[in-house]
Amino acid sequence: MFMKTITCNACGHINKEGTMICGSCGKPLDSISGEDKNTLLNMRYDGTAVRSKTRNRSIIDKIWNFFSSIKIGVTLIVLALISSAVGTILPQEMYIPQNVDAFTHYRDEYGLFGQIYYQLGFHNLYSSWWYMILIALIGISIFIVSIDRGVPLYKALTNQNPKRHTGFLKRQKLYSESETYDEDEKEQLLFNLKKHRYNIFEKDGHLLAEKGRFARWGPYVNHLGLIIFLLGTLFRFVPFMYVDDFVWVREGETVVIPSTSQEYYVENKKFIIENYGEDEAEVFAEAIQNQEGPIAKHFETQAVIYKDQSTNIVGEEPDLNQIKEGSIIVNKPLKFDGFSLYQSSYQTNEFKSMSFKLHETSDENEDAIAEFKIDLDNPENNFTFDNGYRIELDQFYPDYYLDEGQPKSQSNYPRNPGFVFFVYPPNEEEPEVSFAAIGKNIDPTNDNDYKIGLTDFEVRNASGLSLKKDYTLPILGLGAFIFMIGVIQGMYWQHRRIWFHPTSKGIIVAGHTNKNWFGFKNEVDKIFTGTSLQAIKDLEEDSKEDRSQS
Amino acid sequence: MGDLVSLSSTFLYVAFFIYLIATVLFAATIRDKKSKKNNDFASKLAVGTTIVGFVSQLLYFITRWIAAGHAPVSNLFEFVTFFGMMLVFAFLLLYFIYRVNLLGLFTLPIALLLIAYASVFPREVTPLVPSLKSHWLYIHVTTVSLGEAILAISFIAGLIYLIRQVDQTTSSKSTKWLEIVIYTLFATIGFVLVSSVYAGMGYSSTFEFPFKGDTRSVEYEIPPLIGPNEGVMLDQERMSPLVEAPSFLQGVDAAKKLNTLIWSMLLGFVLYLIVRLILRKRIAASIQPFLKRANPELIDEICYRAVAIGFPVFTLGGLIFAAIWAQEAWDRYWGWDPKEVWALITFFFYAVFLHLRLSRGWHGEKSAWLAVIGFAIIMFNLIVVNLVIAGLHSYA
Repeated sequence: MFMKTITCNACGHINKEGTMICGSCGKPLDSISGEDKNTLLNMRYDGTAVRSKTRNRSIIDKIWNFFSSIKIGVTLIVLALISSAVGTILPQEMYIPQNVDAFTHYRDEYGLFGQIYYQLGFHNLYSSWWYMILIALIGISIFIVSIDRGVPLYKALTNQNPKRHTGFLKRQKLYSESETYDEDEKEQLLFNLKKHRYNIFEKDGHLLAEKGRFARWGPYVNHLGLIIFLLGTLFRFVPFMYVDDFVWVREGETVVIPSTSQEYYVENKKFIIENYGEDEAEVFAEAIQNQEGPIAKHFETQAVIYKDQSTNIVGEEPDLNQIKEGSIIVNKPLKFDGFSLYQSSYQTNEFKSMSFKLHETSDENEDAIAEFKIDLDNPENNFTFDNGYRIELDQFYPDYYLDEGQPKSQSNYPRNPGFVFFVYPPNEEEPEVSFAAIGKNIDPTNDNDYKIGLTDFEVRNASGLSLKKDYTLPILGLGAFIFMIGVIQGMYWQHRRIWFHPTSKGIIVAGHTNKNWFGFKNEVDKIFTGTSLQAIKDLEEDSKEDRSQS
Repeated sequence: MGDLVSLSSTFLYVAFFIYLIATVLFAATIRDKKSKKNNDFASKLAVGTTIVGFVSQLLYFITRWIAAGHAPVSNLFEFVTFFGMMLVFAFLLLYFIYRVNLLGLFTLPIALLLIAYASVFPREVTPLVPSLKSHWLYIHVTTVSLGEAILAISFIAGLIYLIRQVDQTTSSKSTKWLEIVIYTLFATIGFVLVSSVYAGMGYSSTFEFPFKGDTRSVEYEIPPLIGPNEGVMLDQERMSPLVEAPSFLQGVDAAKKLNTLIWSMLLGFVLYLIVRLILRKRIAASIQPFLKRANPELIDEICYRAVAIGFPVFTLGGLIFAAIWAQEAWDRYWGWDPKEVWALITFFFYAVFLHLRLSRGWHGEKSAWLAVIGFAIIMFNLIVVNLVIAGLHSYA
């Protein structure tokens, strides 16, 4: 492809179109005369031709230029910032109660504003298509801008000519011109520069002292880290990379862990819950007293993990082999074969079994005619007794509530069990119907001869464990690590360069740093000690003073 | 053990008074027009005193840690106090790079204000709930607060820059906003005053009010300008509220918090007015002459340098360590909890700050205003998100 070029009129070097500073001798190639002392040279990307500033022909150029603009990048970040903030005005859907309808919740809790918030989709803002596109656009922008600026900058900084055109030097921010310069002074300067850990490059008696060049790669390294991080988050959508599930397991129970292809089982040997009590260390006494409710101290599930070794033939009994035993505590998940089980929830005093007795309704002493026990995990349906009575369990509601007068179950967990019994007295074909629950005994017909009463129950705790497998974590960790390296590299070091340009009359010295000019100027002053060089001056401040004086 | 807690509190009081003395000493360095030698001595004395104060506060921190058995960063009092200590540390860090006395004169009062603000919240040693029982508690919290403290130095440098540079001869948008920033400092003083004065008097009045079909009660520790919606006062002899809170406010304590806010703002306004009437000009305009000797380029560089140093520290503590801990404790490294989101917003904001400065040449005044906004975001996350937007992180 034909490319326009600019030939430097000082050294004859052929530069790419868009170059601001000659790549060989450093003569400024911009329209302003190179001798104009009042305008400081724009040293961004060392004056190289940046693709986005030079090509704007094809559609690809236009897209490229759009994303490589810092203005666009910053605008995208500001948009992400504002929309992120909007998402915190009301709680996101994942933080509202699980058992209510989201729309009703937002409308009833937050009125019209809540309703509009919900209708705009702000209740799920961070997983909305437009928020994800916004983050993706930032990712694309970071990628393109890094290539657009990073490649030419790398080329320019690895091919520096220590001998620079005076037009370049005179338009640097830090500048000094001295009448005298001899070999002794050069030795002293070299000594001072080395003491300040500068690398020295020399050509025809011209010196370039440079340090901290690697700081210039910082932005590109941290952008690389961000790109790896963002790509890592996408891997979550690859099925085997990410598993997220939840299981309830009662004390004494062994259940299959979901999302593991029936391969793993977990047993809950014991669930422990502790609150801070009166026997705590004295320092906490005041805090515990001031708190109205109990303060939780410890949640722990003592668990055993098993792996099913059977050959996976349908109908075959699982062959469980213990692979791990340990405690699952908040902040200390139990890890096995890439999975982690977290202590996430609990339910205390869930019913395990309930004992009942049958007695005559008219009997004030409530003497038992028959007694029976229902195992709530696996309730029996029929109870026959030696004295001829028979009881049938017709309906079992583990977690019952009344929905418009009809009993229903909220969940499958025996938290509030309700039972419908059919009672068959001896030699009777027609049963009496009786409903029993905690503190309740409903007789639908109101003329039952018999009554069923709760005599005893056993409880146990249930532990809610969440299961995670996340193979994207190493990628995210790598991205974050590279980001930190890059950001520290770019922020905690600075790229400093000093050019020494001997002339027929003496010497010109010019300095440039990418940031923290104040410290740089002090360092140059120290480097000049022991020489007769004129102290370095800040041309930008001088020109400001000139302006304010005139 | 109880003795250790009171010893710890003593160290904190001592630190508070030493910071107060150091502020006066820094003020002396600014006004001192004597020889350079004298000024050097005054600077050394001021910064030396600050270090002594810092060490005393460090002893508070260590003794309280030993007494509690965990790092004292687990409730709002402890966290804000620690933030004040980190602010002093961040100041010392930048002081030894740039040796600007003015920075001390402005940082120490803000550190004092933070410690005073913290002391309004319950100060007892609280036991840790299971989710906080982790080494990450102090790794994460200390790094975040150090990062935020260094970023806060950029706000202070920005504020100095603005007071020094904004043209005070005419009233403009800049002068108005600058007064608003200064007013918020007065409002914070107002909050501390009203809370501690009424706490000292033992003020209390209780309301009952309907809340989601229930009757709830709330205890006011300062007189109610604003009472709960449809609230009934139980103590007859107390002042009754001037108005009721509007019904759209959420939360059991919403009316009480609004009442405290209104009190703080009103008292802050009164204090501001008094000072303004005494000075007979804008407060920034009265401070400006004292800053004439400061080099604005240098202040601007400190403002930027603090962001350059603080941004990586904040990212490490507030996002990366936070994510690692969240993965251990809550089984997900990121959950869009309001506190997490506001940490991300802080990250975005300072990323914008750096890009605008490094690539688009936003120096001086523009950069200083951005530093002020950045600090407002940090304070929003520290205070408003904790007290108003309840989430997993709410301590109070």
